[in-house]
Amino acid sequence: MQKLAIEAYGLVKRYGEVTALDGVDLAVRTGTVIGVLGPNGAGKTTAVRILATLLRPDAGTAAVLGHDVTTAGHQVRQLIGVAGQQTSVDEDLTGRHNLRMVGRLLGFSRKDAAARATALLAEFGLDGAADRPVKTYSGGMRRRLDLAASLVNRPRVVFLDEPTTGLDPVARGALWDRIRALVAEGTTVLLTTQYLEEADALADEIVVFDHGRVAAHDSPTALKRRLGTQTLDLRLADPARVDEAAALVTAVVGTVPARVGERLSVPVTDGAMMPAVVRRLDDAGAEIAEIALHLPSLDDVFRALTTQKELAA
Amino acid sequence: MSQCLTLTWRGIVKLRRHPASLADVVFGPAIFLVLFVYVFGGAIAGSTREYLQFVLPGMLGLMTLLATMGVGTALNQDIEKGVFDRIRSLPTLRIAPLVGAIGADVVRQVVAIIALLGFGLALGFRFSTGPLPVLAACALALGFALALSWVWVLLGLSLPNAQAVQGLGAVIIFPLSFASNIFVPTDTMPGWLAAFVQVNPVRHLMDALRGLMLGGPVARPVLITLAWMIGFVAVFAPLALAAYRRRSLTS
Repeated sequence: MQKLAIEAYGLVKRYGEVTALDGVDLAVRTGTVIGVLGPNGAGKTTAVRILATLLRPDAGTAAVLGHDVTTAGHQVRQLIGVAGQQTSVDEDLTGRHNLRMVGRLLGFSRKDAAARATALLAEFGLDGAADRPVKTYSGGMRRRLDLAASLVNRPRVVFLDEPTTGLDPVARGALWDRIRALVAEGTTVLLTTQYLEEADALADEIVVFDHGRVAAHDSPTALKRRLGTQTLDLRLADPARVDEAAALVTAVVGTVPARVGERLSVPVTDGAMMPAVVRRLDDAGAEIAEIALHLPSLDDVFRALTTQKELAA
Repeated sequence: MSQCLTLTWRGIVKLRRHPASLADVVFGPAIFLVLFVYVFGGAIAGSTREYLQFVLPGMLGLMTLLATMGVGTALNQDIEKGVFDRIRSLPTLRIAPLVGAIGADVVRQVVAIIALLGFGLALGFRFSTGPLPVLAACALALGFALALSWVWVLLGLSLPNAQAVQGLGAVIIFPLSFASNIFVPTDTMPGWLAAFVQVNPVRHLMDALRGLMLGGPVARPVLITLAWMIGFVAVFAPLALAAYRRRSLTS
């Protein structure tokens, strides 16, 4: 068994004047989840399409489970599953028909294709809608069907291109659960996302793309440590006591919180700061209306990474 | 091979689930037939009965022209909606989606031909040849449609969306069908138009179909039509396949 499920060296892809990928290296260990994080246009989709044999790179090489994606595309396609940014199911067909079609295209017998479709529909909670045309499905159902369609062949490597973009939190949570189940079975997953939160929740390692290049490659924890902080936001029920609260927070955290209207916002390095702040305010009898610990946003990630680069230069 | 059949099956299931598109194929020609026969028939041919005899083979030809457009729009939609990518990310033959689209279209055409002939017979159309020539006429129409479908495959792969395919399709089909002998004999047309009709491949298809269904000279128009069919395939199949390869690897 290969140690690396996905490896890529110096991938370059140009569309006319635009350079979508500018020398990307990737290495993903078998059985792990890698999160490719980046804003729109960073080259995430292009990279996925190359690795999934849907696109040829202009330069560089890539292999999935040891098979070259340009010269052994057929072998690669037997081992992978792909769920694109845009759901690629046939809207006019029912969910069941879609999955049966994929099964038949994979060379399953009629019976096996039907059985696999039924199993996947149940697994993805789509049995109730199985015989309705896909165009009547909600966004979350479509994504789940699309993911199911990419798993018909029990792939060993799965590419998910922004699997939860545009989904509501409930649908997103449901999809995360499916992805975790996949990983538990030993599948290697590469997923792209615009949300640090998602990469943090699912990935063993995070690769940050910026303008077609890899800006960082690290574990979520290390990446967050590099970014330094999380932010604690809070608001009191009684706005008149905001000064008093600011003083209390300063005493606990050691940093003077920024004040935005009635809201206090302070960077913290330790998650345990939050209960400490809550206790302190509670002791003082200041009722908290709202409190939250935020991960740095993708903006923060990029600001931090680019500042680091500037500092290093 | 079985992959192509699966994709053809998909086309048929879609057709069944999507009654509107089937209605298009079945009722479209029927409505055209009724309109032409009862609105223009008397004025053109003196009686609706006589015009029905004239125009039914024409409708068969027109339908093959119109229906082939479906291949182009279907392919285009598959690409736009990502179904194309889904199929391509599976270990399938690269050519399977294309063959599937054409296969589904053949099924559609056969349904359309049966519907049109059935409807024509119900209105009082009578063949004056035997069953074999009539079958040959249907086969010729189908063959012509298949040859022409390469043009649509090329357009479907080259144009940005299905609307564009349909738009450009109408621009191509209307002159080809109206400036021909589909609806009327061509003797009253002015010289320049008659000249166009002379070179219009649809005219030869028409002559062949009328010959096969109503009697008359058959050999020459059939040969000319076959020559056109070979021409279409020879020119457009390589272009379409090149476009297909391009679209498969770069977009």
